[in-house]
Amino acid sequence: MAKPVTMPQLGESVTEGTITRWLKAEGDEVEMDEPLAEVDTDKVNAELPSPVAGKIEKFLVTEGSTVDVGTEIALVAVEGDSSATDAPLQENTAADAPTEEFPAAGTEAQPVAQDTERQRAFARADSEGNGRGGIEDAETLRLTRSSPVVRRLAEEHGVEITEIPGTGTGGRVTRKDIEGYIEEQEERGTEREEYEPPGLQEEREAFAEIERVPLYEGDRIEELTGIRRAIANRMSASKREAPHAWTMVEVDVSGLAALREREKAAFAEREGINLTYLPFIVKAVVESLRENPVLNSAWDEDRIILRKRINVGVAVDLEDALIVPVIAGADELNLVGLARRIDDLVRRARGRRLGTEDVSGGTFTVNNPGALGSVVSTPIINHPQAAILSAEAIVKRPVVIDDAIAVRSMMNLEVAFDHRVLDGGAALKFLNAVKHRLEDYGSKE
Amino acid sequence: MATKNLLQAIHEGLAEEMRSDESVMVLGEDVGRAGGVFRVTQGLQEEFGDARVMDTPLAESLIVGSAIGLSVNGMRPVAEIQFADFIPPAFDQIVNEAAKFYYRSNGDWSCPITIRAPYGVVPGGALYHSQSIEAWFCNTPGLKVVAPTFPADAKAMIKSSIRDPNPVLFLEHKRTYRLIKEEVPEEDYDVPLGEARVHREGADITVVAYGLMLYMALEVAEKLSEEHGIETEVVEPRTLYPLDRESILDSAKKTGKVLVISEANLTGSVSGEMAAIVAREAFEWLDGPVMRLGAPDVPAAAFAKPMMDYFVPSAEKIEAAMLELARY
Repeated sequence: MAKPVTMPQLGESVTEGTITRWLKAEGDEVEMDEPLAEVDTDKVNAELPSPVAGKIEKFLVTEGSTVDVGTEIALVAVEGDSSATDAPLQENTAADAPTEEFPAAGTEAQPVAQDTERQRAFARADSEGNGRGGIEDAETLRLTRSSPVVRRLAEEHGVEITEIPGTGTGGRVTRKDIEGYIEEQEERGTEREEYEPPGLQEEREAFAEIERVPLYEGDRIEELTGIRRAIANRMSASKREAPHAWTMVEVDVSGLAALREREKAAFAEREGINLTYLPFIVKAVVESLRENPVLNSAWDEDRIILRKRINVGVAVDLEDALIVPVIAGADELNLVGLARRIDDLVRRARGRRLGTEDVSGGTFTVNNPGALGSVVSTPIINHPQAAILSAEAIVKRPVVIDDAIAVRSMMNLEVAFDHRVLDGGAALKFLNAVKHRLEDYGSKE
Repeated sequence: MATKNLLQAIHEGLAEEMRSDESVMVLGEDVGRAGGVFRVTQGLQEEFGDARVMDTPLAESLIVGSAIGLSVNGMRPVAEIQFADFIPPAFDQIVNEAAKFYYRSNGDWSCPITIRAPYGVVPGGALYHSQSIEAWFCNTPGLKVVAPTFPADAKAMIKSSIRDPNPVLFLEHKRTYRLIKEEVPEEDYDVPLGEARVHREGADITVVAYGLMLYMALEVAEKLSEEHGIETEVVEPRTLYPLDRESILDSAKKTGKVLVISEANLTGSVSGEMAAIVAREAFEWLDGPVMRLGAPDVPAAAFAKPMMDYFVPSAEKIEAAMLELARY
């Protein structure tokens, strides 16, 4: 019996098609899915796969004629099927029409942009249930060509648009996206050629838009040294990232001052190093950190890391720079051990003989501006550490004790902390713990 | 400098021009004894007499026709059409006579008339007191169409219009008459016709607007800057015909994203012309579709408040369109 073959719908809005050429002759055998004719619509040129196997009985339309979708175009005699003529064989457009993923044999779709994986995925998604060969809709074009300015920039810089992560509508690449991408590529290019200290790129981005300060006659320009640049980056990053809060207590260190005065000669003779206040402060800090672990922690975007080890960084002034060598495992050292380690680190810092291992791994920082005569300072946290302590100069001041005025050796003690990590209560609990330890030195004797 | 609203600024411009040039005169319905329905011409008849400040019959064709006749005989008439909605009877006089006079006489006769017309939606204005009619005239070579929004611009531009040798249609958004106030300089200063003004610089999107829509767009631009960090460049054409193409294109090329807002019916509007210029001349700089916001294609703003509010682009619609474009 003969089954009629109908003009398939070769696209969502296609209502008619033109048989440009029959690829078989009347009387020929045709296999299922074997190209039967070339069909031309206003959207695609495609070969029409035969929906049925059999012998072509008759062509119902001539080459060059345009017929509506659903019109019978040929009769194919199917062997051993007697009930076949009941329903005409129709192309199921949604399931059988050529798609990007399963193109019909010889489909001559309109050119699509180069097939990166991403694009294929879009084309596939897009062709579902649409049945058109390769006509790009606004959605696809928005992703592959984006916009005139993006296309122009892509061409000027030889960039493939589909490689750029887009932030616009539906993931479209915006002008800002491609400008950023090109800039990044160019920076990466120069980076390969010459070594740049880490952080320079971020700094350049941060300062890219800033205008130069005006120059006046006699001004001297000093290029940044590596260490100056590193300090600048770290300080800006900390101030930018961490909301600093700051608090201060007054510490009566008369006992400690007397103790040091008493012991320093013997200590110097015995240990070969000077006895400074710093080991006392570091020891008090370490013990207080153990009681207040939140001060010995780090901010990590969506979580807080509470450090097990207590590695205390000690700020050392080098005239033209500041360096923070770290006393690793500070909690494992006694006062003498701390004094030796600090002396060693400070010597090597001043002699510029510190290695990277000496300046990394800090979990808390002690700043000692008092050595330079400072009585109040607001230190910048050594980000991502949670806090920094400042010990100021010890000065004799009149103090009211039991309603009487006494002359005492006083020291201001401050802590600056990352308010994302902890609050004033915890900071003062720690600070008071340090204070009491310092006030206890020498007082029991 | 004193703070003045749009009404006062236009009044001042008219009065100063009449004081400095005897050929400047005013004619229209109720412009004399009544001082104009919006009081723009109040006090002018007392100062300059009823020959230079002339009440006319309710006949727009006559108002403009007389102005044309006076102008070719040496006067500089300022004709007032009480509401822009009533300009159609004068259409032939404006489009076929005034606009073509210079061309038709091979340059022998110019026609230096100014036609003032309040336009735009006001609550309760409805059919005949709400229309934006600029598009009717913005494809008529020989005519200039200006629509300043801010008082200081309006004062200078009414003077520029009077001094211009061509017929100028001077549109005043009546909702902004008392709404917009600013410092207006006392001394003579110049705002030439045909020059746009950039009210606000921005790198993210461009909004081109005039009249009440400009006023609202500027407020939304501030809001978007504060809430989303989106910086909008706001350009006011000030003259709608001929357009300052360069200023609009400069901004379009800078931001790559353009939204044109007006209160007029969208189809066939001046917004369409601006969008077409941007699409053609700034194509390679565009980073988003050229968008327009305007009134739907229905006859006019309705009397009913909810329907009127729907008709005119609201601050919410403007904000949504600006955000959509910025995020495109």
